[in-house]
Amino acid sequence: MRSEKFGKDADLLVEIEGLGVRRGRKWLVRAVDLSIRRGEIVTLIGPNGSGKSTTAKSLLGVIAPDEGEIRRAPKLTVGYVPQQLTIDRTMPLSVGRFMALTARFPAAAITAALAETGVAHLAGAALQQLSGGEFQRVLIARALIRKPDLLVFDEPVQGVDFTGEIAIYNLIGQIRDRLDCGILLISHDLHIVMAQTDRVLCLNGHVCCSGPPEQVAASEAYQRLFGPRASETLAIYRHDHAHNHASEGAPLSANSDDVEENPLSQPIRTGTASGHRHA
Amino acid sequence: MLDDFFVRALLAGIGVALVAGPLGCFVVWRRMAYFGDTMAHSALLGVAIAFLFDINLTFGVFAVATSASLGLVALSRNRSLPADALLGILAHSTLALGLVLIAFMTWIRIDLMSYLFGDILAVSRTDVMIIYGVGAVVLAILVAIWRPLLAGTISPEIAVAEGLATERARLVFMLLMAAVIAGAMKIVGVLLITSLLIIPAATARRFASTPERMAMIAAIVGALAASGGLFASLEFDTPSGPSIVVAALILFLASLTWRMVEPERLKAEEVTGTE
Repeated sequence: MRSEKFGKDADLLVEIEGLGVRRGRKWLVRAVDLSIRRGEIVTLIGPNGSGKSTTAKSLLGVIAPDEGEIRRAPKLTVGYVPQQLTIDRTMPLSVGRFMALTARFPAAAITAALAETGVAHLAGAALQQLSGGEFQRVLIARALIRKPDLLVFDEPVQGVDFTGEIAIYNLIGQIRDRLDCGILLISHDLHIVMAQTDRVLCLNGHVCCSGPPEQVAASEAYQRLFGPRASETLAIYRHDHAHNHASEGAPLSANSDDVEENPLSQPIRTGTASGHRHA
Repeated sequence: MLDDFFVRALLAGIGVALVAGPLGCFVVWRRMAYFGDTMAHSALLGVAIAFLFDINLTFGVFAVATSASLGLVALSRNRSLPADALLGILAHSTLALGLVLIAFMTWIRIDLMSYLFGDILAVSRTDVMIIYGVGAVVLAILVAIWRPLLAGTISPEIAVAEGLATERARLVFMLLMAAVIAGAMKIVGVLLITSLLIIPAATARRFASTPERMAMIAAIVGALAASGGLFASLEFDTPSGPSIVVAALILFLASLTWRMVEPERLKAEEVTGTE
């Protein structure tokens, strides 16, 4: 049955049906259905503890599910950018060596992958010396050097400032276009990822709602989970995404005009964004 | 050449250190120092059991150290006790059990000191050959499981997600540790085996920029400590184990005066600085 299904739909990479994961008696997630196709970016959003990472890790085989079924296309190559990774000081690890963590690659491929995420100059640096943004870019480069069919990003913008966030999300969009892979993206804020997302699953222990980002943002379930203001923020960002597209991997300055209009994000974000220009 | 007891001890010491260095790096990286200690302490129980059933000593130690490590893995899964408490219980109770068992066997005279602290006189011709034979196999297996073991050490989640068999690598690694402990027991003694794993690795950290280089340097540092310690042991008539550990300690302290090797740091900063 397995091969039958994946044979019929060549673009189907992975499919989850009725996933349930339990810690003791508490269900972390339950009844989650999810499928990812080639060329598609699926975003999981939800508050902390809503089971986003749990769902992703089950899909990756890191966690064994207590319920439900996970089917992967045969010979699926996966690239994974985990939410957290601390490299101990006792581990001497250069960026270049880290790139070959799970498989061997020629030096030229390593340089090319690092260049694609804009960190080629760091190849010789020790991982422990990188800033948050540099480390995320190295993690992404390491995942995409595998030319994966499926890329999983768990909160890829942690410790990255606002401008950096947009640049990284744009980068993820470019990676999808270039590798023609499927992408599962985990985020807690819909408004920034939305420009790059084809389908959103709003998670809170179960799937609250799902669909194209605009539809999810407008849905009652989403507003109940994040409050009505969340969708207001979203509306403001909506018309903004077109001119935030990066043409190459280098970070762009965010066009902050729209941020100005938005009282919610203003105080948190202006301080960190380096490229603010006021029209 | 192998007729001379000192040459035998020297060869055995160097052989064990060459294998212990790379394995010791993983002990340091995975924070398994107390785990190693527990396995090593259980070696004395292995000695007692080997005498009791009249089986090969090295094999007895290997079997008991393996069972201790597997027992630990099984016990740590149910999580009713914190890991360090579990290790403490197992380390000392196996050591005590070994001592009590040996005391019961009044029909054999055993020089306990030589098992606890090592004895260069105890190394036989066969021991040297076993150490090099098994040592070569251990290193070959370590090379074979290197990538999954290292990836599982750095990020188990990435390693598993991207399809590496980290759990199998971890179990194999424990068998390798048991083998090294069995080989090292006669030279450094059960109480000091862990130091042969940890001190050379810690010393090597300052000179290494990749995991592979650290493993190689640790092997060399260990071999230097083993030969230095054995010469001192012969010269000053001190027990071989403590002498080797003191030699390793001296190398470690000397390494602290060295600046940490991270030459790339400057380069990286220069490049970012010019942007």
